[in-house]
Amino acid sequence: MSRVLRYIGQRLLLTIPMLLILLTVVFLLLRVMPGDPVSAMLGGRNISAEVLESYRVRLGFDKPVFAQYGEYLGGIVRGDFGESLRTGKPVLQELFTRFPATIELAIWGMLVAMIFGFTSGVLAATRADKLTDHGVRVFHITSFAMPLFWLGLMFQVFFCVKLGWFPVAGRIGGRLAFEFQSITGFYVLDAIIHWDGRALLDILSHLVLPAITLGIALTGLQGRMSRASMLEILDQDYITTARAKGVPERRVVLQHALRNALIPIITVFGLQFAVLMGGAVLTETVFSWPGIASYLVRSIEARDYPAIQGSIVFIAIFISLVNLIVDIFYSVIDPRVRY
Amino acid sequence: MTEQGNLLEVHELKKHFPIQQKLFSREHAAVKAVDGINLTIREGETLGLVGESGCGKTTAGRAILRLVKPTSGEVRFRSNRVPAAEDDGIDVAAASRSQMKILRREMQIIFQDPYSSLNPRMTVGAIIAEPMTVHGLAVRRDRQSRVEAALAAVGLRQEHMRRFPHEFSGGQRQRIGIARALVLDPRLIVCDEPVSALDVSIQAQVLNLLEDLQRDLELTYLFIAHDLSVVKHISERVAVMYLGKIVELAETSDLFAQPKHPYTEALVSAVPVPDPDFHADRILLEGDVPSPIDPPPGCAFHPRCRYAEPICSEQIPPLRDFGGRHFAACHLAEKLTLQAIDTGENTSEDATDDGGASREVA
Amino acid sequence: MKLGRRRQSLAGGIQQAPIATGDDLLQVIDLKVYFSMGGAGDIVRAVDGVSYDIRREKTLGVVGESGCGKTVTAMAIMGLVPSPPGKIVGGEVLYHGDGTKGVVDLTKLRARGQEMRAIRGNEIAMIFQEPMTSLNPLFTIGRQISEAILLHRAISRRDARARAVELLHSVGIPLPEKRVNEYPHQLSGGMRQRAMIAMALSCNPTLLIADEPTTALDVTIQAQVLELMTSVQRDFNAAIQFITHDLGVIANMADDVVVMYLGRIVESAPVHDLFHHPMHPYTQGLMHSIPSLVDRKERLIPIEGVVPDPSEAPEGCGFEPRCPYAMDICRAQAPELQEIKPGHTAACWLMDERYQEAATDD
Repeated sequence: MSRVLRYIGQRLLLTIPMLLILLTVVFLLLRVMPGDPVSAMLGGRNISAEVLESYRVRLGFDKPVFAQYGEYLGGIVRGDFGESLRTGKPVLQELFTRFPATIELAIWGMLVAMIFGFTSGVLAATRADKLTDHGVRVFHITSFAMPLFWLGLMFQVFFCVKLGWFPVAGRIGGRLAFEFQSITGFYVLDAIIHWDGRALLDILSHLVLPAITLGIALTGLQGRMSRASMLEILDQDYITTARAKGVPERRVVLQHALRNALIPIITVFGLQFAVLMGGAVLTETVFSWPGIASYLVRSIEARDYPAIQGSIVFIAIFISLVNLIVDIFYSVIDPRVRY
Repeated sequence: MTEQGNLLEVHELKKHFPIQQKLFSREHAAVKAVDGINLTIREGETLGLVGESGCGKTTAGRAILRLVKPTSGEVRFRSNRVPAAEDDGIDVAAASRSQMKILRREMQIIFQDPYSSLNPRMTVGAIIAEPMTVHGLAVRRDRQSRVEAALAAVGLRQEHMRRFPHEFSGGQRQRIGIARALVLDPRLIVCDEPVSALDVSIQAQVLNLLEDLQRDLELTYLFIAHDLSVVKHISERVAVMYLGKIVELAETSDLFAQPKHPYTEALVSAVPVPDPDFHADRILLEGDVPSPIDPPPGCAFHPRCRYAEPICSEQIPPLRDFGGRHFAACHLAEKLTLQAIDTGENTSEDATDDGGASREVA
Repeated sequence: MKLGRRRQSLAGGIQQAPIATGDDLLQVIDLKVYFSMGGAGDIVRAVDGVSYDIRREKTLGVVGESGCGKTVTAMAIMGLVPSPPGKIVGGEVLYHGDGTKGVVDLTKLRARGQEMRAIRGNEIAMIFQEPMTSLNPLFTIGRQISEAILLHRAISRRDARARAVELLHSVGIPLPEKRVNEYPHQLSGGMRQRAMIAMALSCNPTLLIADEPTTALDVTIQAQVLELMTSVQRDFNAAIQFITHDLGVIANMADDVVVMYLGRIVESAPVHDLFHHPMHPYTQGLMHSIPSLVDRKERLIPIEGVVPDPSEAPEGCGFEPRCPYAMDICRAQAPELQEIKPGHTAACWLMDERYQEAATDD
């Protein structure tokens, strides 16, 4: 056990320099953009020089770059991401409010990807080169190549407007939105806690299309990866050994092979998560989903500088943490890493 | 100081690989792959270097050629080409870069794996010609003829020059590797398990080729292998390695007729002989070959040695001279009479008969 | 021996009824396994008409080099031939079991069906060459051995585990209670191979097929494992089919030997006959070309040419391109196995009187 702890300790310590580099890159990126950030923010309106200057001071742009950097880092450590120019509220607080929505969507998107992607990949591998395999591979490439926003819009047009099966936008329907008490921020969970069947149904119906849209890209990715991984594993000597013992084929695949095939997929889980976050930007916009990705988009549209910076930092830190957890999980799964 | 006739003299050669330290770890462990070996090879001779996995024989071969930099020790080579070389040769381990470049022409290597030791993107002709290009030797026309000569020497045809390695079988690829080693007219060739990866019926072809080349080109071989039968066939002298050290070194016939180290005895008795009527008392060693990271104290072999006595776990036995170019590193070498094997040769009069290990305690 | 085909399910294992040692346990009759490679319909005749018998509690050695089909034959017996692209296209594998349930033709059972699975791992077990990769890295040794037991015996998980510990002990693994919870990568190669043997023996098989089980091991470890296999054969009353390219191992382990070349059997004899009077030119060539510890050979006599690719098998005798005695008939037609002496068969036109004059004329 102490080996695992030592491993965790090492990874935690390594995360610090990584985060530092990450934050620095974000800092530099936003200042590398051409033109004066302040006037860009205020968007070409006719503003007097004094107002411009007052904004500049307020946002700290008058100070030398290093001072800005120091304040920036200091603020992050303190939890002060500044205040949104659009709403006036502290950015971090706004992010935290919207965070569960994105997470919930991401989880469901991931589930979609695993159910459709991973399982189809495994299936294709066990029927390699047969018709099923070819069909699944086409499916993978198609879903991977599909533009998210287009798919989302098509879903809306077809399933919501034309067929009326699903609501077009949002997390929860009109009247319920006022009545519904959210405890955890995860609506599905909350509906179960409240034991409210109607609310649950409504919430799920809002989730279906966004989750599928978000999950679609990952479906193709996971599908291809799991197929390749599975094929490689099924070729291994220990699989032959298992068959030689008389293990039924189904168990060979599901017990002996699957676990091994999962390992490379878990390894890139962090990367997949980043893809997911990228997809969330489009999905949340199309479906008006109140998460942090749509918040970022709105902030960009409004040139809300602190909010933009704050959102990016938040997402970046979050993805790093996910990666860290995955690494730790990985060491638990694969005994070769531990010993 | 090199003796008359010695092409290569190795003194206390060591190669230790420090282990990758994890963060927060205070250990400064090292893999003592080669831990002080001494050997000599006469010109025109074949010295076989034999041992099991982890014994360090491959690392030793590479350290001698300075393909890995030795941690300490001397490798004296009687070079003909290096201008500064004194009569007693030059220390390869300490040579300068320009000296090394010259030395490389005289010392070559043949690798074990014919499938990975040839660049799959180069034609055979290019592979064989490359050493000449690297050393800036010979103009184009000359290079061509030397490549042709090398190919002919190993029994391949001219048209093979334009083909790629994957078009050849394992045995043929090994020949290409040999041709590459020959093209610079070396004097010493380290053969690192050259036939282990080949089919049985091909091994003989390559072994015969190596013998013929040695005779025709006056080559000296350091022949590294784990297959004792092959080593016995091709070598005049044999060195047995265990866990980074040489435990016995002798003329081939002496090694088998009068082994002086218990590990040699066990190793020889473990080799299965292709004769169903041959029955030797097979000596079975207990346990596994230990790791070179943490060798046992004293004699590294003592935990598995059936003759071990207290001194064996306390002091490292030095490699001692027993006369007739026969060396062994064992505290008890004088006391033990170890099981010999009848190799079908005319051995010296003192040869012990085969069968039955006896042990005399003084 | 009746060749009845009552196919009762053999799941749950059988008690060994008293039957005579040396009776037929498994008969391979004219087995053909072909692989279709590539879209062009290239057929590789990996096993092309192979027949041999395995006798109870005896060891059959199968000797051959790469591409000869020895592994595919074993896979066919076990029903493990990968089904695209390989297929058993002809022949029979008659398994007699304990004699009480009649004879089963294993080729006619569905490879993944229940009947075959009840035999595989239970009555016929197999161990493989690479101990490093033959065990699942994510499961403990104990779990993998228990799995083998639980598949074929109706006992509790705890009992299966206890049996696993017993088995590890009987194959000479020290501290089996500790080892049983370890993962494969924590064990050395020799230990892993012992664990594999334990796993194979867990259900008291009547036949153990060993495919190059010691090739990847050091020679002293090989000696241990071979010794182990001999003693387990005695203790478990199992027959062994021992596949290898090493003639020394064959001489030590086998009672009867079959020599394979390019998908066919070229010679078959009891071990003494084979080594003292090899009949087929390939067998003779092999014996002359390998160096031996107990034989001084001035020069190895190699077999000329290369080991052919199984996809390029010639129409006539597969060995003809490399045979020093080749005649016209050899290229035209493949010879059948003929009995030269009692128990000793060879497939060679030289053995046929009609052609013996032609041979002596050359």
